[in-house]
Amino acid sequence: MAKTESTFKNMVLSLTLISLGASASLGFVYELTKEPIALSALNKKLNAIREVVPEFNNNPDEEMFRLATGEGDSLDIFPAKKDGEIVGYAVNTYTNKGFSGYINLIAGFKPDGTIINISVLQQKETPGLGTKMADPGFKDQFIDKNPSEFQLKVRKDGGPVDAITAATISSRAFCDAVQRAYNTLEKGGLK
Amino acid sequence: MSQLQNFTKGFFKENPILVLVLGTCPTLATTSSALNGMGMGIATTFVLIGSNVVISLLSGVIPDKVRIPAFIVIIASFVTIVDLVMQAYVPSLYETLGIFIPLIVVNCIVLGRAEAFASKNSVLSSFIDGLGMGLGFTMALGIMGSFREMVGSGSIFGYKFISGDGILVFILAPGAFWVLGYLIAIINRLKRT
Amino acid sequence: MEYILIIISAVFINNVVLAQYLGVCPFLGVSNKVNTALGMAGAVVFVIVLATIVTYLIQVYVLDKLGIAFMQTITFILVIAALVQMVEIILKKISQPLYQALGIFLPLITTNCAVLGVAILVIKKDYNLLEGVVFGASIAVGFGLALIILAGIREQLELVDVPKGMKGVPLSLVIAGILALAFMGFTGIVK
Repeated sequence: MAKTESTFKNMVLSLTLISLGASASLGFVYELTKEPIALSALNKKLNAIREVVPEFNNNPDEEMFRLATGEGDSLDIFPAKKDGEIVGYAVNTYTNKGFSGYINLIAGFKPDGTIINISVLQQKETPGLGTKMADPGFKDQFIDKNPSEFQLKVRKDGGPVDAITAATISSRAFCDAVQRAYNTLEKGGLK
Repeated sequence: MSQLQNFTKGFFKENPILVLVLGTCPTLATTSSALNGMGMGIATTFVLIGSNVVISLLSGVIPDKVRIPAFIVIIASFVTIVDLVMQAYVPSLYETLGIFIPLIVVNCIVLGRAEAFASKNSVLSSFIDGLGMGLGFTMALGIMGSFREMVGSGSIFGYKFISGDGILVFILAPGAFWVLGYLIAIINRLKRT
Repeated sequence: MEYILIIISAVFINNVVLAQYLGVCPFLGVSNKVNTALGMAGAVVFVIVLATIVTYLIQVYVLDKLGIAFMQTITFILVIAALVQMVEIILKKISQPLYQALGIFLPLITTNCAVLGVAILVIKKDYNLLEGVVFGASIAVGFGLALIILAGIREQLELVDVPKGMKGVPLSLVIAGILALAFMGFTGIVK
């Protein structure tokens, strides 16, 4: 095959055509995958909510609202309802006090403020140490506790929480995030 | 060179990671478990095949002086397709691999094959070359991922075979460098005999 | 204060090469001599800062405006490739000494995944322009630091008798692993 000459016209033309072809095919794939992507993101959120609150039959994502934390930002609250009655709130909360900074949790509370369950959405803690915060061995000690009498503090700080071995900072951060969720709910008058 | 040789060269003689030492960044970053490593390998294989085929089809039409930008556009399109498809259908793997999916575009293997092979060979040979190179890359990532997962977390493909933890350092950054270093050293030793 | 956090975390804690595995190819390739390492480090700082600014503006004023964020990869890599070429041409015209110091490293930088990586990370982390530039510059400094340390060690090791199979890349990787271990000691200094 004769090679196309590198004239200015040819160069501009071929690059334009290739870019056009590339953008067209990408636009096509984007349209094709748009829905599955949105759906999988929604499913992930709903699954996390399902894990931390009792059975519900509304769409917590649609009824999501924001409450101010009192620290200048706000948290997403997902109300879970069964036949129109509130059975729990899933609170998307966070802390910046992790060993590697930001940790994102979702915590479920009963309407009276008792913790139902907690699920870790995102963290960058040390593998094998801080990452154990997602294991039942650590987080299950929070289940059925009400932060109004159960102090969210590790033993080293005089509280009742058993810290993860060699990861006190991650454990403290975990408590901090849960406390933030609880305080926000309390402030919003929802417990 | 027969098509069979063309296919197998990616596994041993010209293995992109272990012999040519190309594409080290994704290798180190995604091999903390066997599954992640192979996921990355397969994503890269898809990009390699796609870009190799399209580039060998178009190599007659693209003027020489603009071939590199043209190749980059083609490769980046395939990377974006992989990116979108993974986001839609394997979201959890997509999240673990994170930034290294878009970074396939700067993986030297892909542009290297485009320039050194696909632009000079037929569509079929380029397809086989892409497949062989991609699977060779996947194999190397799989070996590294399995080893690091076994030693580092005591499991393989997520199935735990010891209770408690492994030797953590192997799934952290230092372990990545060491395992790759010794793996290449072993290959170097084998090559000489 | 926020900027200091970004700087310390990008240079030491999340060192681009030793903790995030970006830019490993040039890290292994140009670390034979401290002098070349210095040149490469300079070129990388220069290009990353420029690329961060340009890609950030494109993301905010073109991609987001048109709602085609999925074109990010393709746009960024083209912009970076063009930018590197342009920098090379301009440097050649206006400053011969600078061109001689940095020139030969510039073509290598297009395929340095740290440049594209930083551009994408800045968008992912929702930084504003100034934070993005500070982040980019610190990443580049971190890259330079790791590169120069490795080059220093490799110069010392030149005359040491190592097993043949370990010569070159394997030995550098093992040293890099030890460096990564040392850098892990920085984790947790920013709370």
